[in-house]
Amino acid sequence: MNLAEGVQIVSLGLLSVMMLGAALGVVLFENIVYSAFLLGGVFISIAGIYILLNADFVSAAQVLIYVGAVNVLILFAIMLVNKREDFAPVTRQWVRKASTALVCGGLFSLLALMVLRTPWSLPATQTAPASTTLLIGEHFFSDYLLPFELASLLLLMALIGSVMLARREFIPEQTTPEDKQVPLQLPERPRQPIALAGSSSKSWTN
Amino acid sequence: MQLQYFLLLGAALFCIGIYGLITSRNAVRVLMSIELMLNAVNINLIGFSNFLDGASIKGQVFAVFVITVAAAEAAVGLSIILSIYRNRNTVDMEQFNLLKW
Repeated sequence: MNLAEGVQIVSLGLLSVMMLGAALGVVLFENIVYSAFLLGGVFISIAGIYILLNADFVSAAQVLIYVGAVNVLILFAIMLVNKREDFAPVTRQWVRKASTALVCGGLFSLLALMVLRTPWSLPATQTAPASTTLLIGEHFFSDYLLPFELASLLLLMALIGSVMLARREFIPEQTTPEDKQVPLQLPERPRQPIALAGSSSKSWTN
Repeated sequence: MQLQYFLLLGAALFCIGIYGLITSRNAVRVLMSIELMLNAVNINLIGFSNFLDGASIKGQVFAVFVITVAAAEAAVGLSIILSIYRNRNTVDMEQFNLLKW
Protein backbone atom coordinates (compact mmCIF):
# COMPACT_ATOMS: atom_id res chain seq x y z
CA MET A 1 0.00 0.00 0.00
CA ASN A 2 1.63 3.21 -1.17
CA LEU A 3 -0.64 5.72 0.47
CA ALA A 4 0.53 8.29 2.98
CA GLU A 5 -0.08 7.65 6.65
CA GLY A 6 -2.68 10.39 7.03
CA VAL A 7 -4.68 9.19 4.07
CA GLN A 8 -4.68 5.68 5.51
CA ILE A 9 -5.87 6.91 8.91
CA VAL A 10 -8.67 9.01 7.40
CA SER A 11 -9.89 6.22 5.13
CA LEU A 12 -9.75 3.74 8.01
CA GLY A 13 -11.87 6.10 10.10
CA LEU A 14 -14.42 6.58 7.32
CA LEU A 15 -14.62 2.85 6.61
CA SER A 16 -14.98 1.92 10.25
CA VAL A 17 -17.72 4.50 10.84
CA MET A 18 -19.54 3.19 7.74
CA MET A 19 -19.11 -0.41 8.85
CA LEU A 20 -20.23 0.05 12.44
CA GLY A 21 -23.17 2.27 11.49
CA ALA A 22 -24.39 -0.16 8.87
CA ALA A 23 -23.94 -3.10 11.24
CA LEU A 24 -26.00 -1.33 13.90
CA GLY A 25 -28.61 -0.66 11.22
CA VAL A 26 -28.67 -4.35 10.28
CA VAL A 27 -29.36 -5.29 13.86
CA LEU A 28 -31.70 -2.48 14.91
CA PHE A 29 -33.92 -1.72 11.88
CA GLU A 30 -37.47 -2.99 12.03
CA ASN A 31 -37.85 -3.51 8.29
CA ILE A 32 -35.77 -6.47 7.21
CA VAL A 33 -35.31 -5.25 3.63
CA TYR A 34 -33.38 -2.25 4.94
CA SER A 35 -31.30 -4.64 7.00
CA ALA A 36 -30.44 -6.72 3.95
CA PHE A 37 -29.30 -3.71 1.93
CA LEU A 38 -27.29 -2.35 4.85
CA LEU A 39 -25.63 -5.75 5.13
CA GLY A 40 -24.26 -5.15 1.63
CA GLY A 41 -22.86 -1.84 2.91
CA VAL A 42 -21.13 -3.66 5.77
CA PHE A 43 -19.56 -6.13 3.35
CA ILE A 44 -18.29 -3.40 1.02
CA SER A 45 -16.78 -1.46 3.93
CA ILE A 46 -15.03 -4.62 5.10
CA ALA A 47 -13.63 -5.08 1.59
CA GLY A 48 -12.17 -1.56 1.84
CA ILE A 49 -10.58 -2.42 5.18
CA TYR A 50 -9.01 -5.49 3.56
CA ILE A 51 -7.45 -3.27 0.90
CA LEU A 52 -5.99 -1.11 3.68
CA LEU A 53 -4.49 -4.31 5.11
CA ASN A 54 -2.70 -5.22 1.82
CA ALA A 55 -5.12 -8.08 1.11
CA ASP A 56 -6.34 -7.31 -2.38
CA PHE A 57 -7.25 -10.87 -3.40
CA VAL A 58 -9.36 -11.41 -0.28
CA SER A 59 -10.98 -8.02 -0.84
CA ALA A 60 -12.04 -8.99 -4.35
CA ALA A 61 -13.25 -12.35 -3.08
CA GLN A 62 -15.23 -10.58 -0.36
CA VAL A 63 -16.99 -8.36 -2.88
CA LEU A 64 -17.68 -11.26 -5.24
CA ILE A 65 -18.84 -13.82 -2.70
CA TYR A 66 -20.49 -11.78 0.02
CA VAL A 67 -22.02 -8.89 -1.90
CA GLY A 68 -22.62 -10.87 -5.07
CA ALA A 69 -23.76 -14.19 -3.70
CA VAL A 70 -24.64 -14.20 0.00
CA ASN A 71 -26.42 -10.85 0.05
CA VAL A 72 -28.43 -11.69 -3.07
CA LEU A 73 -29.27 -15.06 -1.52
CA ILE A 74 -30.53 -13.33 1.62
CA LEU A 75 -32.62 -10.93 -0.48
CA PHE A 76 -34.13 -13.89 -2.33
CA ALA A 77 -34.94 -15.57 0.96
CA ILE A 78 -36.65 -12.38 2.18
CA MET A 79 -38.70 -12.28 -1.01
CA LEU A 80 -39.66 -15.95 -0.68
CA VAL A 81 -40.66 -15.50 2.96
CA ASN A 82 -42.42 -12.25 2.20
CA LYS A 83 -45.07 -12.16 4.84
CA ARG A 84 -45.98 -9.13 6.85
CA GLU A 85 -46.58 -10.46 10.27
CA ASP A 86 -46.62 -8.71 13.56
CA PHE A 87 -44.86 -10.89 16.03
CA ALA A 88 -46.76 -11.68 19.16
CA PRO A 89 -45.36 -9.59 21.98
CA VAL A 90 -43.31 -11.42 24.53
CA THR A 91 -43.65 -10.40 28.12
CA ARG A 92 -40.73 -8.41 29.44
CA GLN A 93 -38.83 -8.24 26.22
CA TRP A 94 -36.94 -5.16 27.34
CA VAL A 95 -35.33 -7.24 30.06
CA ARG A 96 -33.93 -9.56 27.41
CA LYS A 97 -32.67 -6.71 25.28
CA ALA A 98 -31.15 -4.85 28.19
CA SER A 99 -29.40 -7.91 29.56
CA THR A 100 -28.11 -8.86 26.12
CA ALA A 101 -26.81 -5.34 25.58
CA LEU A 102 -25.14 -5.50 28.98
CA VAL A 103 -23.47 -8.81 28.18
CA CYS A 104 -22.33 -7.62 24.75
CA GLY A 105 -20.98 -4.37 26.14
CA GLY A 106 -19.14 -6.29 28.84
CA LEU A 107 -17.66 -8.66 26.29
CA PHE A 108 -16.55 -5.76 24.14
CA SER A 109 -14.94 -3.99 27.08
CA LEU A 110 -13.10 -7.18 28.05
CA LEU A 111 -11.85 -7.66 24.50
CA ALA A 112 -10.82 -4.01 24.23
CA LEU A 113 -8.96 -4.23 27.53
CA MET A 114 -7.16 -7.34 26.32
CA VAL A 115 -6.25 -5.72 23.00
CA LEU A 116 -4.97 -2.53 24.59
CA ARG A 117 -3.08 -4.12 27.48
CA THR A 118 -1.26 -6.81 25.53
CA PRO A 119 2.26 -5.80 24.45
CA TRP A 120 2.19 -6.91 20.83
CA SER A 121 5.68 -7.83 19.67
CA LEU A 122 5.43 -6.81 16.07
CA PRO A 123 8.34 -7.34 13.73
CA ALA A 124 10.07 -4.08 13.02
CA THR A 125 10.29 -4.21 9.26
CA GLN A 126 7.22 -5.09 7.31
CA THR A 127 7.80 -6.40 3.84
CA ALA A 128 4.62 -6.62 1.88
CA PRO A 129 4.77 -9.34 -0.79
CA ALA A 130 4.74 -8.29 -4.40
CA SER A 131 1.64 -10.25 -5.37
CA THR A 132 -0.67 -11.70 -2.78
CA THR A 133 -2.52 -13.72 -5.40
CA LEU A 134 0.64 -15.62 -6.31
CA LEU A 135 1.41 -16.37 -2.67
CA ILE A 136 -2.14 -17.49 -1.89
CA GLY A 137 -2.11 -19.75 -4.94
CA GLU A 138 1.17 -21.29 -3.86
CA HIS A 139 -0.25 -21.92 -0.39
CA PHE A 140 -3.38 -23.46 -1.85
CA PHE A 141 -1.55 -25.91 -4.05
CA SER A 142 1.33 -26.84 -1.79
CA ASP A 143 0.76 -26.90 1.94
CA TYR A 144 -2.99 -26.28 2.09
CA LEU A 145 -3.94 -28.70 -0.66
CA LEU A 146 -6.01 -31.00 1.52
CA PRO A 147 -8.15 -28.23 3.07
CA PHE A 148 -8.61 -26.78 -0.41
CA GLU A 149 -10.01 -30.05 -1.75
CA LEU A 150 -12.10 -30.51 1.38
CA ALA A 151 -13.56 -27.03 0.83
CA SER A 152 -14.66 -28.03 -2.66
CA LEU A 153 -16.24 -31.17 -1.20
CA LEU A 154 -17.99 -29.03 1.42
CA LEU A 155 -19.37 -26.73 -1.26
CA LEU A 156 -20.72 -29.70 -3.20
CA MET A 157 -22.34 -31.10 -0.06
CA ALA A 158 -23.89 -27.73 0.76
CA LEU A 159 -25.23 -27.41 -2.79
CA ILE A 160 -26.87 -30.83 -2.81
CA GLY A 161 -28.09 -30.48 0.76
CA SER A 162 -29.75 -27.13 0.22
CA VAL A 163 -31.44 -28.33 -2.96
CA MET A 164 -32.62 -31.40 -1.05
CA LEU A 165 -33.94 -29.31 1.85
CA ALA A 166 -35.64 -26.55 -0.07
CA ARG A 167 -37.21 -28.32 -3.03
CA ARG A 168 -40.93 -28.66 -3.47
CA GLU A 169 -42.31 -32.13 -3.53
CA PHE A 170 -44.51 -32.63 -6.54
CA ILE A 171 -47.56 -34.77 -6.68
CA PRO A 172 -47.17 -36.64 -9.98
CA GLU A 173 -50.68 -37.91 -10.72
CA GLN A 174 -52.97 -34.96 -10.25
CA THR A 175 -55.03 -34.35 -13.35
CA THR A 176 -57.35 -31.41 -13.46
CA PRO A 177 -60.52 -31.43 -15.56
CA GLU A 178 -60.47 -29.33 -18.67
CA ASP A 179 -63.46 -27.12 -17.99
CA LYS A 180 -62.66 -26.30 -14.41
CA GLN A 181 -60.83 -23.11 -13.58
CA VAL A 182 -57.40 -24.03 -12.40
CA PRO A 183 -56.37 -22.03 -9.35
CA LEU A 184 -53.16 -20.13 -9.73
CA GLN A 185 -50.76 -22.00 -7.51
CA LEU A 186 -47.78 -24.20 -7.94
CA PRO A 187 -48.36 -27.94 -7.65
CA GLU A 188 -47.05 -28.80 -4.25
CA ARG A 189 -47.64 -31.29 -1.55
CA PRO A 190 -50.37 -30.00 0.77
CA ARG A 191 -48.94 -28.30 3.76
CA GLN A 192 -49.13 -30.36 6.90
CA PRO A 193 -48.61 -28.42 10.07
CA ILE A 194 -46.29 -30.37 12.27
CA ALA A 195 -46.33 -30.41 16.03
CA LEU A 196 -50.02 -29.68 16.34
CA ALA A 197 -50.79 -30.80 19.85
CA GLY A 198 -48.43 -33.73 19.51
CA SER A 199 -50.59 -35.74 17.12
CA SER A 200 -48.69 -35.24 13.92
CA SER A 201 -46.35 -38.19 13.99
CA LYS A 202 -48.36 -40.25 11.57
CA SER A 203 -48.05 -37.71 8.81
CA TRP A 204 -44.47 -38.77 8.31
CA THR A 205 -45.21 -42.46 7.96
CA ASN A 206 -46.75 -42.52 4.49
CA MET B 1 -1.96 2.33 11.38
CA GLN B 2 -1.67 -0.06 14.25
CA LEU B 3 -2.83 -3.58 14.85
CA GLN B 4 -5.00 -2.50 17.77
CA TYR B 5 -7.39 -0.47 15.59
CA PHE B 6 -8.30 -3.49 13.52
CA LEU B 7 -8.64 -5.76 16.55
CA LEU B 8 -10.99 -3.24 18.17
CA LEU B 9 -13.03 -3.04 14.96
CA GLY B 10 -13.32 -6.81 14.86
CA ALA B 11 -14.35 -6.95 18.51
CA ALA B 12 -17.03 -4.28 18.01
CA LEU B 13 -18.45 -6.03 14.96
CA PHE B 14 -18.47 -9.36 16.81
CA CYS B 15 -20.38 -7.87 19.75
CA ILE B 16 -22.95 -6.27 17.42
CA GLY B 17 -23.37 -9.67 15.78
CA ILE B 18 -23.94 -11.39 19.13
CA TYR B 19 -26.53 -8.76 20.11
CA GLY B 20 -28.42 -9.28 16.85
CA LEU B 21 -28.15 -13.05 17.12
CA ILE B 22 -29.78 -13.12 20.54
CA THR B 23 -32.40 -10.38 20.32
CA SER B 24 -33.81 -10.64 16.80
CA ARG B 25 -37.13 -12.33 16.20
CA ASN B 26 -36.91 -12.80 12.44
CA ALA B 27 -34.99 -15.92 11.44
CA VAL B 28 -33.39 -14.30 8.38
CA ARG B 29 -31.95 -11.56 10.57
CA VAL B 30 -30.35 -14.22 12.76
CA LEU B 31 -28.49 -15.49 9.69
CA MET B 32 -27.38 -11.94 8.89
CA SER B 33 -25.98 -11.61 12.41
CA ILE B 34 -24.03 -14.84 11.96
CA GLU B 35 -22.54 -13.40 8.77
CA LEU B 36 -21.51 -10.28 10.72
CA MET B 37 -19.72 -12.43 13.30
CA LEU B 38 -17.87 -14.40 10.62
CA ASN B 39 -16.74 -11.15 9.02
CA ALA B 40 -15.42 -9.92 12.37
CA VAL B 41 -13.30 -13.06 12.58
CA ASN B 42 -12.02 -12.40 9.07
CA ILE B 43 -10.95 -8.87 9.99
CA ASN B 44 -8.97 -10.31 12.90
CA LEU B 45 -7.32 -12.94 10.70
CA ILE B 46 -6.26 -10.50 8.01
CA GLY B 47 -5.06 -7.94 10.54
CA PHE B 48 -2.79 -10.48 12.21
CA SER B 49 -1.68 -11.73 8.81
CA ASN B 50 -0.66 -8.25 7.73
CA PHE B 51 1.06 -7.12 10.90
CA LEU B 52 2.68 -10.30 12.19
CA ASP B 53 3.18 -12.45 9.11
CA GLY B 54 3.67 -10.05 6.25
CA ALA B 55 6.00 -12.23 4.21
CA SER B 56 4.03 -15.47 3.95
CA ILE B 57 0.40 -14.49 4.25
CA LYS B 58 -1.19 -17.53 5.83
CA GLY B 59 -3.94 -15.56 7.53
CA GLN B 60 -5.39 -14.58 4.17
CA VAL B 61 -5.55 -18.25 3.19
CA PHE B 62 -7.52 -18.94 6.35
CA ALA B 63 -9.79 -15.99 5.58
CA VAL B 64 -10.55 -17.45 2.16
CA PHE B 65 -11.48 -20.75 3.82
CA VAL B 66 -13.72 -18.92 6.29
CA ILE B 67 -15.44 -17.14 3.39
CA THR B 68 -16.04 -20.51 1.69
CA VAL B 69 -17.54 -22.07 4.80
CA ALA B 70 -19.67 -18.96 5.39
CA ALA B 71 -21.12 -19.17 1.88
CA ALA B 72 -22.00 -22.83 2.38
CA GLU B 73 -23.51 -22.04 5.77
CA ALA B 74 -25.65 -19.26 4.33
CA ALA B 75 -27.04 -21.52 1.60
CA VAL B 76 -27.90 -24.38 3.96
CA GLY B 77 -29.28 -22.05 6.65
CA LEU B 78 -31.56 -20.22 4.25
CA SER B 79 -32.90 -23.47 2.83
CA ILE B 80 -33.60 -24.72 6.36
CA ILE B 81 -35.46 -21.47 7.12
CA LEU B 82 -37.41 -21.88 3.88
CA SER B 83 -38.51 -25.40 4.69
CA ILE B 84 -39.46 -24.44 8.25
CA TYR B 85 -41.49 -21.56 6.82
CA ARG B 86 -43.32 -23.95 4.51
CA ASN B 87 -44.26 -26.17 7.41
CA ARG B 88 -45.04 -23.68 10.14
CA ASN B 89 -45.99 -20.62 8.08
CA THR B 90 -43.98 -18.23 10.19
CA VAL B 91 -40.41 -17.03 10.64
CA ASP B 92 -40.77 -16.03 14.27
CA MET B 93 -37.90 -17.41 16.32
CA GLU B 94 -40.15 -17.67 19.38
CA GLN B 95 -42.24 -20.33 17.66
CA PHE B 96 -39.35 -22.50 16.51
CA ASN B 97 -39.46 -24.67 19.59
CA LEU B 98 -40.01 -28.02 17.91
CA LEU B 99 -37.17 -29.70 19.76
CA LYS B 100 -37.67 -27.94 23.05
CA TRP B 101 -39.86 -30.38 24.95
